[in-house]
Amino acid sequence: MSDIPNDLKYTNDHEWARQQGNLVVVGVTSHAQEALGDVVYVELPKVGATITAGKQFGVIESTKAVSELFAPISGKVVKINDALTAKPDTVNSDPYGAGWIIEVEPSDSKQLDGLLSPAAYADLLKKS
Amino acid sequence: MTRRTPLNEAHRKLGARMVDFVGWDMPVQYSSVIGEHEAVRTSVGLFDVSHMGEVEFRGPGALEAANRLISNDLARCADGQAIYAGLLNEQGAFVDDVVAYRFSPERIFICVNSSNREKDFAWMSEHAQGVKPVDRSDDFAQIAVQGPKAPGLVQRLTKADLSKVGTYRFTEGEVAGVKCIISRTGYTGEDGFELYCAPNDAEKLWNALLQEGQADGVKPCGLGARDSLRTEMKYALYGNDIDDTHTALEAGLGWIVKLDKAGGFIGKEALEKQKAAGLKRKLVGFELTGSGVPRHGYPVLKDGQRVGEVTSGTMGPSVKKPIGMAYVPTELAAEGSTFDVEIRGRPVSAQVVKTPFWKKP
Repeated sequence: MSDIPNDLKYTNDHEWARQQGNLVVVGVTSHAQEALGDVVYVELPKVGATITAGKQFGVIESTKAVSELFAPISGKVVKINDALTAKPDTVNSDPYGAGWIIEVEPSDSKQLDGLLSPAAYADLLKKS
Repeated sequence: MTRRTPLNEAHRKLGARMVDFVGWDMPVQYSSVIGEHEAVRTSVGLFDVSHMGEVEFRGPGALEAANRLISNDLARCADGQAIYAGLLNEQGAFVDDVVAYRFSPERIFICVNSSNREKDFAWMSEHAQGVKPVDRSDDFAQIAVQGPKAPGLVQRLTKADLSKVGTYRFTEGEVAGVKCIISRTGYTGEDGFELYCAPNDAEKLWNALLQEGQADGVKPCGLGARDSLRTEMKYALYGNDIDDTHTALEAGLGWIVKLDKAGGFIGKEALEKQKAAGLKRKLVGFELTGSGVPRHGYPVLKDGQRVGEVTSGTMGPSVKKPIGMAYVPTELAAEGSTFDVEIRGRPVSAQVVKTPFWKKP
């Protein structure tokens, strides 16, 4: 079973979201990085870009596949993880830590409530 | 119906991630594509390539019959030598690319791509003169043992003197007690062997290689690593870089085309004409100088106009750069030429470079 930290919220598309003060940090789950395989490239949005919940905000590429990254919430990108440009495989080695992807200023702070709880995400993985 | 190699269970036991590959249930990776790739570059890796097909020509006239079907020349080989060749159509494009083994002038053995097994056999049966081919695909499994430590590993398991088996030479003998064709060939750019054995013996041979190779850090490797390894060498993959619409000359494979060989071959006249007229497009190797990863099917642009297409591409694990191959107009084919690759609607700059991309440091 994949690692599913208790303090995060999740999406059906295998992204996670972490409340950090007024901001929300976004990444992909351990299950996602495992399914992708070796991550070789992450296409990040620009700082200041507006993202929309459920819509694509970036691209993640493994040796074999190109996958879209979907925004868990709507808001403005305030920070991107530039370190992924040089070391994209950080997404594999530390998906919930150094492998974070963007930091977002949510348009509405209640949005996280609509995402999956750790238990609901674990159920999703069991069914897949 | 999905086909399985005799090693299917072994792959599952090793925890491989299985995928459908042209109708075959094959391992794409066991642990990590990059880790497996690195094992082959620095140590040794094992690949199940039992899905490949085998066709044999036997009896008086076997060499002549096979030689007429392929672009390279078996008459210039010694017994015990293998050659890479094109199985070409009348237009000089590929029905398939193959490795032909000369056991003797009366026994020629041809290894073909899994995706083309049935097509190739039908083509050869239709066009062979004198000796008819026999489909031996179900009689053989094949394991590729590749990497700088591959020769040592295989040598420890066989009495055959492998120091006498040079590149693209082969012999017959027992490996780990299993009767094999031991061929010093591969698709990775590394030294190593491809071992053909009876399907029932495949698991015994596979396990013996894994066991004996432990000290070398042997890794079972999937199709993912096979693809990145061959791409770094600019080895063509049928269906990507070569097909039945691009000729052997356009593919940069003039070295496997022997226009002057006795008896000729299918496709010769078309290639002579094309050579005289000059090539309009060529398969080149390029590096992305902008950021991204080139992939099969991405458009090649020059000044915003579509002028070609990427045939293969990857983030090269050893070269550590985004690399690819593409058919481009001849005027863009010289080393140093620049063009763009369109990635998700955005032009990313690329430059033609010398190949193979990977060279031993």
